[in-house]
Amino acid sequence: MHEREYEASPEAPPAETGEMELVHPRTFIGKYIWSQDAKVIAIQYAVTATAIGLVALVLSLLMRLQLGFPNSLSLIDPESYLQYVTMHGMIMVVYLLTAIFLGGFGNYLIPLMCGARDMAFPYLNMLSFWVYLASVLLLVAGFFVGDGSSGAGWTLYPPQAISQGTPGADGGIVLMLVSLAVFIIGFTMGGLNYVVTVLQGRTRGMTLMRLPLTVWGIFMATVMALLAFPALFVAVVMMLLDRLLGTSFFMPEMLGMGEEGSQRGGSPLLFQHLFWFFGHPEVYIVALPAFGIVSDLIATHARKNIFGYRMMVWAIIIIGALSFVVWAHHMYVSGMSPYFGFLFATTTLIVAVPTALKVYNWVLTLWRGDIHLTVPMLFAIGFLFTFVNGGLSGLFLGNVTVDVPLSDTYFVVGHFHMVMAVAPVLVIFGAIYHWYPKITGRMLDATLGKVHFWVTFLGTYAIYYPMHFLGLAGVPRRYYAYGETAFVPDSVQSLNAFITIAALVVAAAQLLFLFNLAWSLFRGREAGPNPWRATTLEWQTPHTPPRHGNFGDELPLVYRWPYDYSVPGVKDDYIPQNVPPQAVEREPAADRGRGGES
Amino acid sequence: MTVSLVLIVLLMAGFAGWLIGQSIRVRPWVADTGATPPAPQTPPFVTAPRVGLAVFLAVVTSLFALAVSAFLMRRHIGADWQAVPVPALLWWNTGLLIAASVALQLAWRSTRQGRQAALRRRLALGGGLTLAFVIGQALAWQRLEAAGHPPAANPANAFFYLLTALHALHLLGGLVAWGRVLALAGRGISQPRLRQAVELCALYWHFLLLVWGGLFGVLLMS
Repeated sequence: MHEREYEASPEAPPAETGEMELVHPRTFIGKYIWSQDAKVIAIQYAVTATAIGLVALVLSLLMRLQLGFPNSLSLIDPESYLQYVTMHGMIMVVYLLTAIFLGGFGNYLIPLMCGARDMAFPYLNMLSFWVYLASVLLLVAGFFVGDGSSGAGWTLYPPQAISQGTPGADGGIVLMLVSLAVFIIGFTMGGLNYVVTVLQGRTRGMTLMRLPLTVWGIFMATVMALLAFPALFVAVVMMLLDRLLGTSFFMPEMLGMGEEGSQRGGSPLLFQHLFWFFGHPEVYIVALPAFGIVSDLIATHARKNIFGYRMMVWAIIIIGALSFVVWAHHMYVSGMSPYFGFLFATTTLIVAVPTALKVYNWVLTLWRGDIHLTVPMLFAIGFLFTFVNGGLSGLFLGNVTVDVPLSDTYFVVGHFHMVMAVAPVLVIFGAIYHWYPKITGRMLDATLGKVHFWVTFLGTYAIYYPMHFLGLAGVPRRYYAYGETAFVPDSVQSLNAFITIAALVVAAAQLLFLFNLAWSLFRGREAGPNPWRATTLEWQTPHTPPRHGNFGDELPLVYRWPYDYSVPGVKDDYIPQNVPPQAVEREPAADRGRGGES
Repeated sequence: MTVSLVLIVLLMAGFAGWLIGQSIRVRPWVADTGATPPAPQTPPFVTAPRVGLAVFLAVVTSLFALAVSAFLMRRHIGADWQAVPVPALLWWNTGLLIAASVALQLAWRSTRQGRQAALRRRLALGGGLTLAFVIGQALAWQRLEAAGHPPAANPANAFFYLLTALHALHLLGGLVAWGRVLALAGRGISQPRLRQAVELCALYWHFLLLVWGGLFGVLLMS
C-alpha cells in the first residue's frame, strides 16, 4: 500500500457542530430509571434481555433433561415440554437476540461511534425501552395464566396454535400475540432512532464510508427489521382476531370432537408466508450486527485494517436485500409448487456469495495481522468457525431435495443453533468483553474469560454437532419422548444423554461469566480510556464511562476511517479517527518503510 | 406478496441508489489533509424530524403493503370468497379525509405566512374533519354489521374490517400528535418549531390519504 503523505497545514479552525438539547435530570430516578440517555437505555435493554434470556436458558436445560434422561423430572410432562420449546425459541430469537443487538449494542454504540451527543429522539428512545419491558412482562405472564404459556412451537403455526387441545390455547397464546405486537411497536420507536441517528447524527467528517462496520451492521439490521416486523405485526393481529373474534384469516374448516367448528375458509399457509416474510430477515437482523461487531473486534485485536471495507459494507447491504426474497425456503414441506421451491433454493444459495465474501475478508484481515489472543479476539475467531460450520449445513437445507427428508429432524435444530444461536452469542460475549471497560471503566477478568470461552466454544460443539447426526438418523424434533419408534436406534439415547451433560456444563460456564461481570464491576482492573488502543470514537471520550452527552464540551471532528491500524511510518500502531493529520506522531525518516504492509 | 416485494424492491433500490452516490469513487482509507475543517454531513433542509417521518412512513408503507398482499393472496385461495358490499358512506368519508388533508395543507401555509389565528382555525378544522372521518368509518361498520356482514362471517368481511381499522388507528395516532401541535399553537412557541410540527402533521395526513385511496381502491375492486 502506498504511503500517505500529510501536508503540514495550520490547525483547522474549530468547526461549528450542531448541538442538540439534552435533558439533564438530577434525581436518581431521572438518571437511571426514566432515563433518556442512550447509554443507560442500552444497559436497561441489555439487562432485561439477559434476564429473560436466562429464563429461556433454564427452559432449554429442562428440555435437555427430559431428552437425555427421560422422565427423570416429574414436573416435565408432554404439555409443559411443548411450552418450553415455544417459549425458549420465541424468547431467544426475539426478546433476547433482537433486543440485545439493536436495543443494547445499538443504543450504546451508535451515538458514541457516530460522534453524536445522544440518539436523535431521546424521549422516544426511552419509551422504546419501557414498551419493550411491557412486552417481556406480558410474555412472562403467559407462564402464570390458567393453562400456561403457548405450546404451539415458536413459529406459532395456525390452526394448531389457537385450537383447543394445544397447551396455552386459552390464555397463553393471547398473551404471546399481544406481547409480540407490543414488542414490535416498541422496536419501531427504537428503530426510528437508530436509523435517523446514523443518517443525521454523525459528527463532522464522519462520512458514511468512515462509519465503523459495527454501525453499518446495526444500521442495516434496523432497516430490515423496520420493513420486516410489520409482516409479523399483521400476522399477529390477524391471528389474535381469529382467536378472539372468531374471524377466519387463518382458520380453515375444522372438526373438533365430532362437531364442525364455526370458522371456515381461512388459510394457514397465508400465516406461514407472513411469518417467514418476517422470519427469514429476522435471521439476518441478528446476524448483521454480529457481522459488524466481529469485523471491528478482528481489526482491533489483529491491529490491522479490515480487508475490503467497501466490499464489507456492500455485502451487508446485499445480504440484507437478499434476505427478503428467500422466505419460502422455510416452507419447502408446505406443499408448494416445485418451481416455486426451485426459485427460492436459488435465491437462498445466492446469499452464500456475499456471506462467503465476508468470511474471506475476515480471514484475510487476520492474515499477517498482529493477532492478540485477547478474550474478545478468541470469541471473534470462535464465531468465524461456528458461522462457517453452521453456514455449510445451511447449504444442505437450502436445497429442496435434501431439505424435505431432513426438515423435521434434529439436523435443522443443529443447523440453526450453530448459525443463529451460538454464532451471534459468541459475538455478544466478545463484544461484552471488548466494551465492558468503556461501559464500567474496569476490565473483565481475562483468566475467567478464557475459561468461559473455551468451555462455551467447545461445549456448544459438543451439544450441536451430534445433533446433525441425530438428524441424519431421522430423529424427529419437538418430540417429548420417542417411545417405541422403530427407526430411532438405541444409540440415540446415549448421544442424547451426552448432549444434555454438555449443555449443563455450558450453562454452568455462563454462571462464571455472570460472576465475572459482577466481580469485575467492583474489583476489576482499572481500564483507562482506551485499553485496546482502538481507533473508533467511543474510546476517545473525555470520561470513562462516558457521561451524558458523550463528548464533553465539543464534539469530535473526524479525519479518517476507523481502521488506521499499523499505518507504516507512524509511531503508534493505531491512529484514532479524531486525530488530525498534523497531530500524528511519525517515526524518524530512517525507520520508514519498515512497518510492513497495512 | 408481489405488492410487498415490489414496494420493498423500490425502497431498497432508492436506498441503494443513494448509497452508491455516497460510496462510489470514495476511498475510505485516505485521511483528510486537515487543511479545512470537515464539512457537515447533510444539507440543512434534511432535518432529523423530517428523516424520522420519512423512515416511519416507510414502516407504515410496509405494514399496509403486507396487509394488502395478504388480502390479495387470500382472495385467490378457495372459492368461498364473498366480496363485501362497500357501503356508500365510504365515499362521503373519503371526501372528509380529503378536506382534512387540504385544511392541514392550508395550516402549513399559514405557518409560513406567520398567521397565527388562521393557523389555529385551520389546524382545528383538519383535526375535526379527521375525527368525523373516523366516526364515519365506525358508522359504516355498524351499517355493514346490521346488514348481516359481521367480521366473522367471511374472510372478505374480516379483511374489510382489518384494513379499515388499521388505517383508522393510524389516523387516531396522528390525532394524538395533532392534539399536541394544537396545544403548542395555542401557547405560542417559537415559529420554526411550530412550522416544523405542522409540516410533519400535514405530510403524515397526505400520506394517510394516499394509503386510504389505495385501500379504498382495493376494496372496491374486490
